[in-house]
Amino acid sequence: MNAAAADALPPPLIRIRALSKAYQRGAQHIPVLQGVDLDVQRGEFIALMGPSGSGKSTLLNLIAGIDQPGGGRIEIGGIDIAGLSEGELADWRAANVGFIFQFYNLLPVLSAAENIELPLLLTDLTRRQRRQHVDAVLAMVRLSDRADHYPNELSGGQQQRVAIARALVSDPQLIVADEPTGDLDRVTGGEVLSLLADLHRQLGKTIVMVTHDPKAAERAERLVHLEKGVLVAGTAFGH
Amino acid sequence: MKALPLSYIARNLWVRRVTTVLTALGMALVVFVFATVLMMSEGIRATLVATGQPDNMLVLRKGAGAEINSAIARTQAAVVESLPGIATDALGRRLVSKEPVALINLPKRGSGKPSNVTVRGTSDLGLTLRPQVRLAEGRMFRPGTSEIVTGRAIADGFVGAGRGETLRFGGRDWTVVGVLDAGRSGFDSEIWGDSEQMMQAFRRRDFSSMVVRLADAGDFERTRAAIDSDPRLLLEAKPEIRFYAEQSEALATFISILGTALSVIFSIGAIVGAMITMFAAVAQRVGEIGTLRALGFRRGAVLVAFLAEAMLLALVGGCVGLAAASLMQTVNISTTNFQTFSELAFRFTLTPGIAVETLLFALLMGLLGGFIPAWRAARLSIVDCLREA
Repeated sequence: MNAAAADALPPPLIRIRALSKAYQRGAQHIPVLQGVDLDVQRGEFIALMGPSGSGKSTLLNLIAGIDQPGGGRIEIGGIDIAGLSEGELADWRAANVGFIFQFYNLLPVLSAAENIELPLLLTDLTRRQRRQHVDAVLAMVRLSDRADHYPNELSGGQQQRVAIARALVSDPQLIVADEPTGDLDRVTGGEVLSLLADLHRQLGKTIVMVTHDPKAAERAERLVHLEKGVLVAGTAFGH
Repeated sequence: MKALPLSYIARNLWVRRVTTVLTALGMALVVFVFATVLMMSEGIRATLVATGQPDNMLVLRKGAGAEINSAIARTQAAVVESLPGIATDALGRRLVSKEPVALINLPKRGSGKPSNVTVRGTSDLGLTLRPQVRLAEGRMFRPGTSEIVTGRAIADGFVGAGRGETLRFGGRDWTVVGVLDAGRSGFDSEIWGDSEQMMQAFRRRDFSSMVVRLADAGDFERTRAAIDSDPRLLLEAKPEIRFYAEQSEALATFISILGTALSVIFSIGAIVGAMITMFAAVAQRVGEIGTLRALGFRRGAVLVAFLAEAMLLALVGGCVGLAAASLMQTVNISTTNFQTFSELAFRFTLTPGIAVETLLFALLMGLLGGFIPAWRAARLSIVDCLREA
């Protein structure tokens, strides 16, 4: 990519420069990420891959604003999120990030619709407006008939679809997914991935997904490899 | 700051209902003790305050404090009786009762254990001056005879004090001709007879107290000034209500202090119980805490949610304890009042103030028990929570 072409592109949604992170275990200093540079375009769907301990989950946590970097910059939509206070970061996450977890992380005492409604409780929407948004995303993940079911009354695939609906309901610009199919069988996992890919296509959401499943990674437009805390290669699938 | 919905908080308690119920019961027990002590203290106060009438003035020897150690000579009584501002009845008699008060020892029904009982000498004016007292059974004693009437608590509680029975004290036998219902005032725990007969029986030359009905309760200060300024009298006058309120003070305060101290000691146990329950709740829901925080709920929202959960738990315990305590209102008990050294029957009395105080006490236990676990929940790092989930 030459300089002229770079100028022609719109600014990336995610712009990471010289990002580093280390953990301290007793006297031991364990580097997890070292000098990572990464740009993710608005509307891009990327997969982060790498062996365990390569730092892919840490990178995802940093992008999602739930962990603090040791050094470097993470700009998302032009905001340096490392510079935000604890409370500002919480508000930023509520407005900008949708989360999809490996084990769905639904609250067991809340129904599917109530779980989906949670992020909307952080907005100024009225009860009626919240209900409309919830109904809309339930339809998108084809679970309208399960709105009042509790998580333990749903299959793994259905729970993950509820979690996807929760990630979408506040219309965030960025969706982070940590091993979204890690707890699902191949067929159900495939369905969940298809749903993610569809939503990405239809809604143009930027998705960053961590996975160690090459089949899952193929659904992304671009593959980013991490090894021992360093980016080693990027592959563009160019769907 | 946006908070978590109350339904989330309440349902989490419901999900762990066995733990919730056991913890709440522990708190209910403490709340029960706390409430009954306040009710007891209030019951004593209410009983003694009901004993006084707003327009009655009580006269005692200066510094006597209680009727039992007061003395008013007949000459002094005559001076007081002639003061201006005293009400009269339809017959033109001055509404003044000159009363000797003595303590006797009677065995209780059932146990036979002796206890002190107040005997009061009065006249038919004694009833006029105390409209809350009425005859429940039989008739009033006749002047100049060895007839007596007994308060309801005495008639029921002491051997020989029922209507038609005979009591022996002061060197003679007294026939009980009636039973008084004193409307839960202190007179329920007294024996009344003819003033002059009592003076003879107890070999008294002086009265113990005088009850004076003022024509206008607003005249009290003037009447008191008249008594204070008369060098022959060496007496003091008090509004009857204040006198009886003071009589209840020592006992009510003693019960309050003892009871509150006990409640506080017990409550430490209940607070630790709530704390353990809440720590378990936090440990069980670490993943949920991480998820909520990731979704954008602030630390404060998590803190408030767990605090609210602990306080809701305590409120359940508080309501159960208060409900149990309210049943105590049907129980009549009696004890010895320190200030008069005599038996006083009263009821546990629940007032709105006590109910509010009790529930606040329960909520405070919840707050104290829930604070450290809630604080810990709010301080957890999101990444650690999600990793443990």
